[in-house]
Amino acid sequence: MKIYDANKIIPGLLILVGLFTFPFLYNIGGAAPAPKPELPKEQKTCVQSLAFMKAGHMQLLNDWRDQVVRQANRVYVGLDGKEFNPSLQNTCMECHTSKVKFCDQCHNYAGVTPYCWDCHIAPKENQ
Amino acid sequence: MMDGSRRSFLKIGGLSVLGLSGVRVWNVFAATQEAGHEAAAEAAGALQWAMVIDMKKCWDYQEKQPCTDCMTACHGIHNVPEIADPKREIKWLWTDLYQHAFPTEGHEYPPAEAKGKPFLLLCNHCSNPPCVRVCPTQATFKRPEDGVVMMDFHRCIGCRYCMAGCPYGSRSFNWQDPRPFIKELNMQFPTRTKGVVEKCNFCAERLAKNLYPACVEVCKAKALTFGNLGDPTSPVRELLKQHYTIRRKNELGTGPNVYYIV
Repeated sequence: MKIYDANKIIPGLLILVGLFTFPFLYNIGGAAPAPKPELPKEQKTCVQSLAFMKAGHMQLLNDWRDQVVRQANRVYVGLDGKEFNPSLQNTCMECHTSKVKFCDQCHNYAGVTPYCWDCHIAPKENQ
Repeated sequence: MMDGSRRSFLKIGGLSVLGLSGVRVWNVFAATQEAGHEAAAEAAGALQWAMVIDMKKCWDYQEKQPCTDCMTACHGIHNVPEIADPKREIKWLWTDLYQHAFPTEGHEYPPAEAKGKPFLLLCNHCSNPPCVRVCPTQATFKRPEDGVVMMDFHRCIGCRYCMAGCPYGSRSFNWQDPRPFIKELNMQFPTRTKGVVEKCNFCAERLAKNLYPACVEVCKAKALTFGNLGDPTSPVRELLKQHYTIRRKNELGTGPNVYYIV
């Protein structure tokens, strides 16, 4: 069997494979650093456990939204029966005083852009 | 024989169609009548926030000095942008002339006191709100707890049916990002975003803390009275008992809950 223009096709294929695998080869061994959201210094506990918040904060915020807006219920019972005002702007950001150092850390890493901040006002740092 | 049966079949068929469509039409009319009665019956017992505005007190005060305290307070705490262009403006609490606010009230020779005078206008938090009825996503809804017509901005898709439905012009659409037009942000309250409709929320966030709406609280002339329409001893019911009051476009059957003493 003979490949016509093998002298062009084979280097061409090699270049193609090289181009496509370049990003993977380039990053071998050097994984992007895991995000390090800055936790509040004064407060030790959140409204729920760390594991719960890590995995389910978005669901919790959705539930808060429905609870406050649609059911007119502005009390959230969290960890150890402690009561909180279910409010992103007034409760979450009171302890997590920096959106850049907290929210954006993981959101940027994961490439997600939640539209919370289209309406809810982020702490002053961004203005 | 065949002809006769076909003829009678068509006759009976035609009559049945007529009868069935008649039932449907009857149902529609019966339903609208019932809805009105229900709303009135509901208001009799349950909690329904309402407002009585004594325009005379407001005008008397304004004669001494011009005052926009209620509007400033409302728009301030709710991050309502100040946009001069009337096609893009956002308003929760505003004023308009008697003849515009009450176009169907009375005749062409209104009393000198009312004619050309500004009336304080806001969402009427209707008992039978057309905006709620037309909203395709239920982003706007009437709270069963206290009768406030609320908006869930998360759900609003900006179709503006509610604006077409509201006969009071109480709703404004955000044609652009409102933030650049807000002089001073209230960090405790969100803003809105481009593409949603907004309106007065009867200060739902203050009612939750057992506070009166901001406009009622700041009014120096004590022209605004807020209370439960369902409670016969409430201040609003007392005022309604003592004074002759009017509502905007009463005849539309929306059941507005803002009353005016003229």
